[in-house]
Amino acid sequence: MARPGVRATDAKKINSELFTLTYGALVSQLLKDYENAEDVNRQLDRMGYNIGVRIIEDFLARTSTARCTDMRDTAEKIQSAFKMYLGVNPTVTSWSSASDEFSLLFDQNPMTEFVELPESCLSLKYCNLFCGIIRGACEMVQLEVTSWFVQDSLKGDPTTELRVKFVKKLEDAMPAGED
Amino acid sequence: MAIYSLYILSKSGGLIYQYDHTSIKVEVEKTFSYPLDIQLTEQNKRIVVAYGQKDGINVGHNLLAVNGTQLNGTSLEDGQEVMAFLANESNYPVSLKFGRPKLSTNEKIFLASMFYPLYAIASQLSPELKSSGIEVLEADTFKLHCFQTLTGIKFLIVAEPKQMNVEHLLRRVYELYADFALKNPFYSLEMPIRCEQFESNLQLLLEQQEKSGVNTV
Repeated sequence: MARPGVRATDAKKINSELFTLTYGALVSQLLKDYENAEDVNRQLDRMGYNIGVRIIEDFLARTSTARCTDMRDTAEKIQSAFKMYLGVNPTVTSWSSASDEFSLLFDQNPMTEFVELPESCLSLKYCNLFCGIIRGACEMVQLEVTSWFVQDSLKGDPTTELRVKFVKKLEDAMPAGED
Repeated sequence: MAIYSLYILSKSGGLIYQYDHTSIKVEVEKTFSYPLDIQLTEQNKRIVVAYGQKDGINVGHNLLAVNGTQLNGTSLEDGQEVMAFLANESNYPVSLKFGRPKLSTNEKIFLASMFYPLYAIASQLSPELKSSGIEVLEADTFKLHCFQTLTGIKFLIVAEPKQMNVEHLLRRVYELYADFALKNPFYSLEMPIRCEQFESNLQLLLEQQEKSGVNTV
């Protein structure tokens, strides 16, 4: 009998290069389709959102974590999710004084491993998918957040920094028995 | 040890998946002579035993077949009303089959959406703050276990009262849902789940669980 907490079917591990290249193919195809980098950013965010609303169930099912009570808790969980799905361990820093805003610093980012941005698309946010995923996933657990990139190593910054800001709790979307 | 059925309710309370695992079949066939010694009535377009319990035919059982042919609601295959047929002495002796009716899909949807407010009421009735809703509902013939995820989806399992480890099983079903329903790009959220892989993996899981349940007890 499978012991509680031990998965009979383990999460499958794949080579990150395959994932990186697939994502690269997606972004370059979007650039062809839209021509305008702003539109591509928007599309990536939308796709991320759609991924987020599904991936959250996977995360909850696998980790059986409890509901977050504050933003620090949320930050920790987002951090662990990055570890789980991308194998990277971003550092959580630069808390705002109200504890409602923080940054995720990525020393290395598997998504951008083989990427050099051409001059023509400097306004492209290559990893904008992340923003959408975080937004979608948090929304499903009744938390509205926004996130954006403040630094991007693809654009010559020393690290990649993703800022996450708490907007509000979605009280009316709370399932009964949880509020 | 038995797991009878599984229901998945969406966040808004709609039934998005239902699966009957083990169903106990209660069917009794018997030959009757005139006059019929049990009272039958018509209820919701079905013929129901109203009084007179005997030989495994219980009050509440439905008339399923007459002389080996299935009933079509309250009428026979040739369109004749059953009640009229049974009142006619020349049709005797007659063989009647009785049993517990299966829930129709509509009834299942109806029951599932009834559970939703019950769950909410339970959490509000609680004397303590921050109570969950109904987690276990117990009756003498079954136990209903409910697990609500943080995103509001409810997983219900109806099992035998003695069935162990149902909480763990519910979490495993959640994992299957995350894997095989949500990762299917053709599945849209909040819609009924029609994914073959989900169904077959679920079946496998329930069978395993039943076997292991026997071992541990």
